[in-house]
Amino acid sequence: MEITAVYYLIPALIMFCCGVYGFITRKNMIAMLISLELMLNAVDINFVVFNRFLYPEQMEGMFFTLFAIAIAAAETALAIAIIINIFRAAKNIDVRTLNEMKF
Amino acid sequence: MDYSQFLAMKQEIALLVVFLLVFLYDTFMPKQTQKGLPAFTVVLMLIATAAGFCSHCLGSAGDVVAFAGMYQTSAVIAAIKGILNIGVVIVLIQSIKWANSEAMTMRRGEFYELLLVTLFGMYLMMSARHFLLFIIGLESASLPLAAMVALDKNRYESHEAAVKYILTAVFSSAIFMLGLSFVYGLTGSLYFENIYFALSTKLSVMLVAAIAFVIAGIGFKLSLVPFHLWTADVYQGAPTSVTSYLSVISKGATAFAFLVVMAQVFGSAYSRVWEWMLYALIIVTITVGNLFAIRQRNMKRFLAFSSISQAGYIMLGVIAYNTMGVAALMYYVLVYIFSNLAAFGVIGAIENATGKVSMDDYRGLHKTNPRLAFCMMLAMFSLAGIPPFAGFFSKFFIFTGAINQGSVAIYVLVLIALINTIISLYYYLLVVKAMYIAEEECTIARFKSACSERLGLIITVAGIMLLGIASCCYSSLLDLTSVSQMQMYFIH
Repeated sequence: MEITAVYYLIPALIMFCCGVYGFITRKNMIAMLISLELMLNAVDINFVVFNRFLYPEQMEGMFFTLFAIAIAAAETALAIAIIINIFRAAKNIDVRTLNEMKF
Repeated sequence: MDYSQFLAMKQEIALLVVFLLVFLYDTFMPKQTQKGLPAFTVVLMLIATAAGFCSHCLGSAGDVVAFAGMYQTSAVIAAIKGILNIGVVIVLIQSIKWANSEAMTMRRGEFYELLLVTLFGMYLMMSARHFLLFIIGLESASLPLAAMVALDKNRYESHEAAVKYILTAVFSSAIFMLGLSFVYGLTGSLYFENIYFALSTKLSVMLVAAIAFVIAGIGFKLSLVPFHLWTADVYQGAPTSVTSYLSVISKGATAFAFLVVMAQVFGSAYSRVWEWMLYALIIVTITVGNLFAIRQRNMKRFLAFSSISQAGYIMLGVIAYNTMGVAALMYYVLVYIFSNLAAFGVIGAIENATGKVSMDDYRGLHKTNPRLAFCMMLAMFSLAGIPPFAGFFSKFFIFTGAINQGSVAIYVLVLIALINTIISLYYYLLVVKAMYIAEEECTIARFKSACSERLGLIITVAGIMLLGIASCCYSSLLDLTSVSQMQMYFIH
């Protein structure tokens, strides 16, 4: 059996949808952050697969992925720092505590 | 590699030098001189702005492409960078009092460094002609902003706003990158120009999805309506100086970058795909922004919704899809900088002196603080678009630019925007009514605002008046854009 691009793209799409679902349903901010990571990694897989299977003569997709991983790491670090601040102020990291400002 | 290419990035280099000097001052200067840091930053930014204008007037006005076509600058891009620089100088002047307050002693330097880094990111975003550079600019323009929003460590709202901002920002950038991966899969390139020509024949479901995702990603930063829910909370929770930066500079830069992406990347799919998406977005944005602004009592939330509907008006410059649209968008951003910063200057001055931000506290303000009330009134008139002031002309030009596109649908769109202008007049005048007509005793006692705050207000009010009287600077912007329209819209 030959492994084609679709075998990679479908799991990536499922991963992305899981990320969206998790982001919407989770109440713990760290779990939301993990869901965001899933989404970003699914996008990285997409880029690598498109590059490897459709346009193997150039490396643009690979390089984009490298930068995207670095950006995702920066985003996570910053988000965790802010979540720690919330934890210090409210003693928990449930998103439902973020209700000071509404509408 | 040819290192002389770096010289093409004149304005970026100037900004980098400012950043390094501010960083060195913050790190190595003794403690008793630290209070001079805000003024030091203002002076450096002024020099950088002036240098940018001088090099623009003296030097080559033509297009410069560097790094194998990844980076491009032209007269138009240099002009919008200059406009943003002016806005940053005003924000910096207005933030001096706050930055020198007791609570900010430890974090004064961080505010200025983060601000300059985000500005650098916006420069890259506007000059990028390759999506890798674009995404780096976009992220370095939005991530440090989350840290700036969280700067006010003693207020819970500040943390809450920051966490709302960062989570939604990462979510939207993931959606944006998914759209980019589709574009890459369709065309095999991330260069704007290559994508443009590769897409000129294709139309597929994937392309529609890709464009929708890209619009959603940038629309989040612009706070267009289905993606706007973070805006009011973040504006309310963030320190006022950060809010004014976020609402003016960040929005102006993203609007221009949005125009560039839509024209240069997806321009060939304009009438087939995204014209209708933008029609829907603009109508919903202007209407929802206006209707929600009516019921706000907190001044910062009120201006958040007002800025949402203003973003809808700015989008009219994108949908116009002609050189008049580009010039009108730039003029709108310039006017919006002055009017919104005048409003935020008054809010910031009152908040610094008394800590009050509710519209009910503003009742009868003209009796106790007539000058602040007058500045606020001018800002509201300009935002609402009342004739002698600049806001009227910016709306006029942006409507003219859109109508020049000529289809029936755009006439209907402009008509809806015009009707919304009348709705917006109602809630802007609510503030004026509270300040001038309400009979009660004002809860804000008479106070003397700081010298820096007064300077900031004088500059913004002068801008509102002068740009209204001398709206001829629109025609010079129009000249600029007509010269480089080839490069803007790939007209061959």
